[in-house]
Amino acid sequence: MIQTDMVVDAKGLACPMPIVKTRKAMKELASGNVMEVQATDKGSTADLKAWATSAGHQYLGTTEQDGTLTHYVRKSNSDEIQDKTYPYVVSNEELETLLTNRAEIVLLDVREEAEYAFGHIPGAKSVPLGDLDADLSMDKDSLIYVICRSGSRSDLAAQKLTNAGFVNVINVVPGMSGWNGVLEKSM
Amino acid sequence: MTVTAMTAGELAKKVIAKESFFILDVRNEDAFEDWKVEGENIQYMNVPYFDLLDGVEDVLDQIPTDKDVVVICAKEGSSIFVAEMLSEEGRNVHYLQVGMKAWSEHLEPVKVGDLKDGGAIYQFVRIGKGCLSYMVVSDGEAAVIDATRMTDVFMNYANELGVTITNVLDTHLHADHISGGRKIAEAVNGVYWLPPKDATEVVFEYEPLEDGRTISVGNTKIDIQALYSPGHTIGSTSFIVDDAYLLSGDILFIDSIGRPDLAGLAEDWVGDLRETLYRRYRELAEDLMVLPAHFMMIEELNADGSVAEKLGTLFAKNHGLNIEDEAEFREMVTGNLPPQPNAYQEIRQTNMGKVVPDEETQREMEIGPNRCAVR
Repeated sequence: MIQTDMVVDAKGLACPMPIVKTRKAMKELASGNVMEVQATDKGSTADLKAWATSAGHQYLGTTEQDGTLTHYVRKSNSDEIQDKTYPYVVSNEELETLLTNRAEIVLLDVREEAEYAFGHIPGAKSVPLGDLDADLSMDKDSLIYVICRSGSRSDLAAQKLTNAGFVNVINVVPGMSGWNGVLEKSM
Repeated sequence: MTVTAMTAGELAKKVIAKESFFILDVRNEDAFEDWKVEGENIQYMNVPYFDLLDGVEDVLDQIPTDKDVVVICAKEGSSIFVAEMLSEEGRNVHYLQVGMKAWSEHLEPVKVGDLKDGGAIYQFVRIGKGCLSYMVVSDGEAAVIDATRMTDVFMNYANELGVTITNVLDTHLHADHISGGRKIAEAVNGVYWLPPKDATEVVFEYEPLEDGRTISVGNTKIDIQALYSPGHTIGSTSFIVDDAYLLSGDILFIDSIGRPDLAGLAEDWVGDLRETLYRRYRELAEDLMVLPAHFMMIEELNADGSVAEKLGTLFAKNHGLNIEDEAEFREMVTGNLPPQPNAYQEIRQTNMGKVVPDEETQREMEIGPNRCAVR
């Protein structure tokens, strides 16, 4: 099960109702949070994807089980256009070289669980930004690379980790939005 | 003001009559780009329904008041939703009943001509998808050629004409639509014919359609002669009906020719295609009326909605029949192929009887244009 922040049940509803319902619920969802839309209308996949793109939300993916489609959408997050302030960064290419060379690093993926599930770098550990406080049990000297979609959430995470006493924290910029290397799914 | 349902049949009649009208297509942009209701005098606007959920004020002044307006979506739900909003703004509008799903399945029967010893040949125009099927009728019997999945239409039509379907034929193993041939043959206890070279993997019984084989319809002598004409598929077979009509399958169309790649063998089959079009067909009488299994553009429809042209005219006008240089021909049919039809591999598997998808899945598999030609 993928953890989400809101579930919309649009099962048994025909077009346009799945989108009408999703759109209404989206207004209640906090920015950056993930919604799960359950639907049985086969056309809902293409429509939800097109609607999300048009509305500026992030369509993550769809799973299908026993005729029920589950769509995952993340609400657009205006925070992500803010300036990044954490000074220690590497590029995607530098990270890829480190991974190829099997460097001893911890790769922390701070995106939401659903984003991680639909595609992450093999070996990355999923710790959504919101759960970071609860997960500071790592060795303070570990070499930690933090990654998200665009580099903003990982910027915040890097600052948080540094404030908590971690000494070797590096932000990966831009992050998954520009990642051309191997991806792994976990569903 | 009012919202009126329009059936796919009513819409087909408007298209055939080349009426001028307005379509507001509320499917998403990719779906509209891929496939839409085509017509010579249609004015289009595509705005996805989800951009109109808050109201239609923004688009209202772009929707004409002096011609018919038809709102279209995939299955009808969203088009009704948008049509009702337009109606609240004082407009009279139609929506397409059951949407593009119905448009994809609608068959418009057209009589192509009479046969010499009595009897007639009918064409079933699947206007939304560009597929053409045929019924040859004589003396109480009928043969159906290249039947679509909507088998009731053929069986009901035969009933209306008071004839019994005795033979069912496919010119080749189709890749763009699911054949209804076997189902009809089973229902009427008739014979199902397939070209054996296309049928090497089929998992059911059939009668092999071999070159030179003759099938009679009724007691009068209306012969269907099989003419081996490979190229679109290795088994592709054409039929000459009553020495007057050439059913060319997916080998020769009105304004294009068949593509050789849908079974993954373009390089192998291009030579066959050339041989069929430039030698075998050249030996036939030029006044044969060519009846293909597809049309690509709405402009290929005649005024009565039929798709037919004399072989001699096609030799003069069809670009694909007029490429002297063999290398250039090869390049044209293998170098620049359009995208393949939706789910074409699954459709071939279904037509071989290897998989049996449920009806809803079959419908989904066939969505979109046929894309069997190169031009």
